Amino acid sequence: MAAEAHSPLAQFEIQPLGGPIHIGGLDVSFTNSSLWMVIAVAAITAFMLLGTRKQAIVPGRWQSLCEGMYDFVSNMLRDNVGQEGRAYFPFVFSLFMFILFANVLGLLPGAFTVTSHIVVTGAMALFIFVMVTIVGIVRHGLHFFTYFAPQGAPMWLMPLMIPIEIISYAIRPMTLSIRLFANMVAGHVMLAVIGGFAFALGVWAGWLPIAAVTALFGLELLIACLQAYVFTILTCIYLHDAIHLH
Amino acid sequence: MPQFNPEYFAPQLVWLVITFLALYLLMSRLILPRINGILAQREDRIDGNLQRAEALKEEAAQVLAGYQKAIADARAQAQAALAKAAADIAAETAAREAEFARKMADQTAAAEAGIRAAKTRALADVRGIAGEVAAMMAGKVADTSVDANAAAEAVDSVMKERT
Repeated sequence: MAAEAHSPLAQFEIQPLGGPIHIGGLDVSFTNSSLWMVIAVAAITAFMLLGTRKQAIVPGRWQSLCEGMYDFVSNMLRDNVGQEGRAYFPFVFSLFMFILFANVLGLLPGAFTVTSHIVVTGAMALFIFVMVTIVGIVRHGLHFFTYFAPQGAPMWLMPLMIPIEIISYAIRPMTLSIRLFANMVAGHVMLAVIGGFAFALGVWAGWLPIAAVTALFGLELLIACLQAYVFTILTCIYLHDAIHLH
Repeated sequence: MPQFNPEYFAPQLVWLVITFLALYLLMSRLILPRINGILAQREDRIDGNLQRAEALKEEAAQVLAGYQKAIADARAQAQAALAKAAADIAAETAAREAEFARKMADQTAAAEAGIRAAKTRALADVRGIAGEVAAMMAGKVADTSVDANAAAEAVDSVMKERT
C-alpha cells in the first residue's frame, strides 16, 4: 500500500479479495468494490430494520430518521411524478439509499467508493434510461415520440428543435452517470492530494493541509448527500417526462 | 485512471446487479411495507382519537343540554311553587281580613246599639230631671205648685223648639 499511496488515484484501484471467480466465462470475482456494495446494502438494511424494530406510534429519534427517509423519497416522487409514480417507489427509494450510503461510506478512511467508478454509475444511469423509455413507450405507444416535438413551438423551428430534443434525451445516461462519477472522483482526489501535502510539508506546516482536508471533508459529506439527491430527483423527472410527456 | 481499466468491468457490473437486486427486494418486501404499516397504524390511531374526541364532545354537549333542561325545569317548578304559596297566603290573608272585618263590624254594631240605648236613656233621664227641676223652680220662684205632668209637657215643648 505504501507504494500506491503516492498516487491520489490509487484509492480507486479494484483489488480482488480472494481468488478470481469465473462463471461461464464471466468474471464475477469478489473485489473491494463488491465488498463495499455488500456493506452498503447491509448497512441500509440494518439501519432501516433496527430503526423500525419497535414500530412505535410515537417514533424515537432513530425511527424518525427512517420515516424521514421514507417521507423524503415519497414526497420527492409525488411532487415530481404524481400519483402514477407510486409503482416506482421501491425502486427510487432503493436507488437513493444505495447511492447515499455508497457515497457516504466511501468517505470513511480506507473505504472504497463504489460510485466513483463510471461503469457502476453508467450502468445505473443506462438502466434508468432504458426503463424510462420503455415506460414511456408502453404508456403512450408511438405517441411517445411526440415528446421530441415540443407543443406550441412554431413549425419552422421544428428542424432545429427535434434534433436538440433527441440529443438532450439521448445524452441523459451520460450526463446522469458522469455527474455522479466525476463528483465522487474529484472530491476523493482532492482529499488525497491535499492530504498528501501534509506528508510533504512535515511537522511545521503540515497542520495547514490537515485543516484544509478537515474543512473539505465537510464539503464532501455535503456533496455525497447532494449527489444522491440529484441522481434520484433526475430519475423522478425522467419518469415524469415518460409518464406525462412534458 | 483505474476507472477505465476494462479488466474489472464485469465483476463490478455483476455485483452491482446482485447487491442492488438484493437491496430492492429487501426494501420492497420488508422495509417499505414495515414503514408503511407504521405510518398507517399511526394515521388510524390519530383518526380513532379524533373520532373519540368528537364522540366525547357530543356526549358533553348532551350532558350540558340535559343539565340546562334540569335547571330550567327546577326553576319553573320553584316559580310555580312560589306562585302557589303566594296565592295561598293571599287567600288566607283575604279570608282572615274578611273574618276580622266581619267581627269588627259586629262589635261596632253592638257598640253603636249600646251607645244609642244609653243616649236614649240619658235623654229620657234629662227630660225627667228637667221636668222636676222646672216644677221645683216654679214652686220656689213663682210660689205656685205646678203639676209634674204639666212641667214635663212644658219641657218637652221647649226641647222641641230648641232642637
